[in-house]
Amino acid sequence: MSTLVELCQIQMRFGPQAILRDIHLEVEAGKTLVLIGESGCGKSVTMKLMMNLLRPTSGEVLWEGRRVDDLSERELVLRRLKFGYLFQGGALFDSLSVFENVAFSLRQNTTLNETTITDIVRERLRDVGLEMHVVGRKKPAELSGGMRKRVGLARALAIDPDVMLYDEPTTGLDPIMSDVINELILRTRERRGVTSIVVTHDMHTVRKVADRVVMLYPLARLAPHEPQILFDGTAEEVFECDDSRVSQFVRGEARERLLELSAA
Amino acid sequence: MPSAGSATHDRMTFVHNLGKLVLDLFILAGDLTLFTLQMLRWIVPGWPRANVLWPVMYQIGVQSVPVILVTGGFIGMVLAVQAYEQFAMMHMENQLGTVVNVTLLKELGPVLAAVMLAGRVGSSMSAQLGTMRVTEQIDALTALGANPIAYLVVPRFLACFLLIPMLTLFADGIGVLSGWWFSTRVLGVNSFYYWHYSRAFVNAYDLWSGIIKSVFFGASISLISCHRGFHSRAGAEGVGQAATEAFVYSFIVILALDFLLGFFLMELFNVLFPKLVII
Repeated sequence: MSTLVELCQIQMRFGPQAILRDIHLEVEAGKTLVLIGESGCGKSVTMKLMMNLLRPTSGEVLWEGRRVDDLSERELVLRRLKFGYLFQGGALFDSLSVFENVAFSLRQNTTLNETTITDIVRERLRDVGLEMHVVGRKKPAELSGGMRKRVGLARALAIDPDVMLYDEPTTGLDPIMSDVINELILRTRERRGVTSIVVTHDMHTVRKVADRVVMLYPLARLAPHEPQILFDGTAEEVFECDDSRVSQFVRGEARERLLELSAA
Repeated sequence: MPSAGSATHDRMTFVHNLGKLVLDLFILAGDLTLFTLQMLRWIVPGWPRANVLWPVMYQIGVQSVPVILVTGGFIGMVLAVQAYEQFAMMHMENQLGTVVNVTLLKELGPVLAAVMLAGRVGSSMSAQLGTMRVTEQIDALTALGANPIAYLVVPRFLACFLLIPMLTLFADGIGVLSGWWFSTRVLGVNSFYYWHYSRAFVNAYDLWSGIIKSVFFGASISLISCHRGFHSRAGAEGVGQAATEAFVYSFIVILALDFLLGFFLMELFNVLFPKLVII
């Protein structure tokens, strides 16, 4: 199985605050990797590093074996288009309509005519269960949270990416809409054969979509010698893991954190 | 009574804060320079499409016209009111047009048009880009193959840079008319002499020096506002602060540039037209 994305000995700091330490992670083609961990442990940062939206403080990011920082600006843009990114809040452009949002990367990066672009946008919206004549002219502010996520997914899929990155795709959604999004993640993989990377703290999503689960732990709670990746295995294994920190997260138990609350 | 230790601590805090302020200023200036160079690098390859540039130009140029006209109109009348008393004491009321029009074209027209633009457009640009930053829309642009500097900053820079001379001309024009109207109709200055002395003392260089200044003001407003927006902190407070900083920094830079360019253009005038210097 070929490796699409590889993070090698990544360190990431924002000013004085260390977020990631010695992270080594490989993403295999065609699989769904789910990154879990409590808020602030660096999951979203890891995903942004994978797409080169952030640059690491030290370490290397490789795309199909090539160092990202060796690529020219043009190559970087072209290779980045192989990635689709579903942002946490959708990150739809406020000033553009739903149609213009989904058509954005096609207009920006291809020479397709407007008729073809309209057909592709219609198809992508239909893939996520939306009809263009209903939502096409609406502005993002007029959409519900679930619709915004689905339009974000249609926009990310518009240019046929090889890798889909989902940043907390079910956060803030009701359980039914969360399941709709999980189904869309599965369907996207089945229909297009894309590699998927999902950042989440939703264990239903983990159970449903993951081939492989990686759990990160906040650096502030680790001793200097401890690895930041607490767990790397299958979805079944994560639910049976002996490590109390992993089981605490998987079961959603407060345990000693309650003592921290009373101490504060 | 404060102890000696406390006084030493206070001094250390003052020195520490002063040092931090100076360092922060250098970091800001360096970062803004890099931001400007990045924008200049993208200005040709990232020349915006008409459907991106026109809405920005409409928002920055056309929608600013009413506020510029109102500002210009009042400046002309205020100048007439303030100068009239002084001129009347020396029985020089008929020469009121000279001071009103020179001040308007060289100084107050361009400066106040720029300040209004910084307040109306600069803060709004900064808040808009700041919101895009915190809602990850700027990351989304990168993810979708667009360069955020080329897509967001270049059109705003071009719109400010190209349209501020026109806005300044509007402010100048309405200011000249309102100054004349108030001087002749309310203060009783003779209209013929008002224009006669204005023509004698106001030259094209005065108008051009105002226009040249305005171009620098427009460029500064767009770059400072976009820079603050791009570096906005998260949350409503962060975006609000970015908008405030955009206006405050733009205002300070407008005043500093007005002084430096005013001095430079005066020296240039003396070099270009030495015979016209009145001793």
